[in-house]
Amino acid sequence: MTGSSLPPYGDALGITVDHDEGGTPVLCFDYAERVAGRPGFLHGGAMSGLMEMAAIAALRAELDRRGEVMKLKPVNVQVEFMRGGTEQRTYAMGQVTRAGRRVALVNAECWQDDRTKPIALAQLKVLLSPAE
Amino acid sequence: MNEPTSLHDLPPGFAFDPARASKMMTRHGHGGWLGISYHGHGPGWVELALPWREDLVGVAETGVLASGPIISLMDNATSMSVWTLTGRFVPHATLDLRVDYMRAAVPGKTVIGRGECYKLTRTIAFIRGVAYDEDPADPVAHVIGTFMATHGTYL
Repeated sequence: MTGSSLPPYGDALGITVDHDEGGTPVLCFDYAERVAGRPGFLHGGAMSGLMEMAAIAALRAELDRRGEVMKLKPVNVQVEFMRGGTEQRTYAMGQVTRAGRRVALVNAECWQDDRTKPIALAQLKVLLSPAE
Repeated sequence: MNEPTSLHDLPPGFAFDPARASKMMTRHGHGGWLGISYHGHGPGWVELALPWREDLVGVAETGVLASGPIISLMDNATSMSVWTLTGRFVPHATLDLRVDYMRAAVPGKTVIGRGECYKLTRTIAFIRGVAYDEDPADPVAHVIGTFMATHGTYL
């Protein structure tokens, strides 16, 4: 997967693929005014956007491995904010918990300089349908 | 005194005016980049507007807005709704937010985010809201979540 395969929103937010981890892309963005919330901190919505892109990327990678071409439709997302994000590079990676024939559950984690101290978690539920 | 550029430059306890505060909140940072603006408010609720824009699209082929901008819109609207209830600015942080997507937002249409604070305790604000493009009774998404006062208390 390359940065150019991200949707327009991902590119506009400055999201790129930092590296690949066992077939799942780790996404990131650098700190900039467009992701800023209260002074000195990341906006929760920007973190959520990054985690959502990472979750979808992980799911697409998993479906690719199975050779399945699916249309994805988000059902819901739950985000937990655990630490304030500061002015530095932010990473996110998704993990497919369960991808059946009709629905997938994907977790995503967001961290900065210390991977063992995630700043936010997200859980997405996505409806799957065969692409025409 | 210079006009504060951020809501968070305001001292805790500063009287809260959503229309005026929105101008600060929506000119800078992530909200400013998204183009979020003030739409309306009342006791316990605030409406903000997110105009459709091509670079905020989640699926290039359909033109449907990504969900990230909707989360940001609802985070901001629900955050401000808390202060319409306290009547003053109380610094706080989002603890969690859940968004249920009822349907895709119609491409080209402005999305309105209506945030409502339905319960305050000393430290926690319980919020809910809807995002809609035309009719609040036919929402794009429902949200529910909590905020925590980080400096001082809500009550």
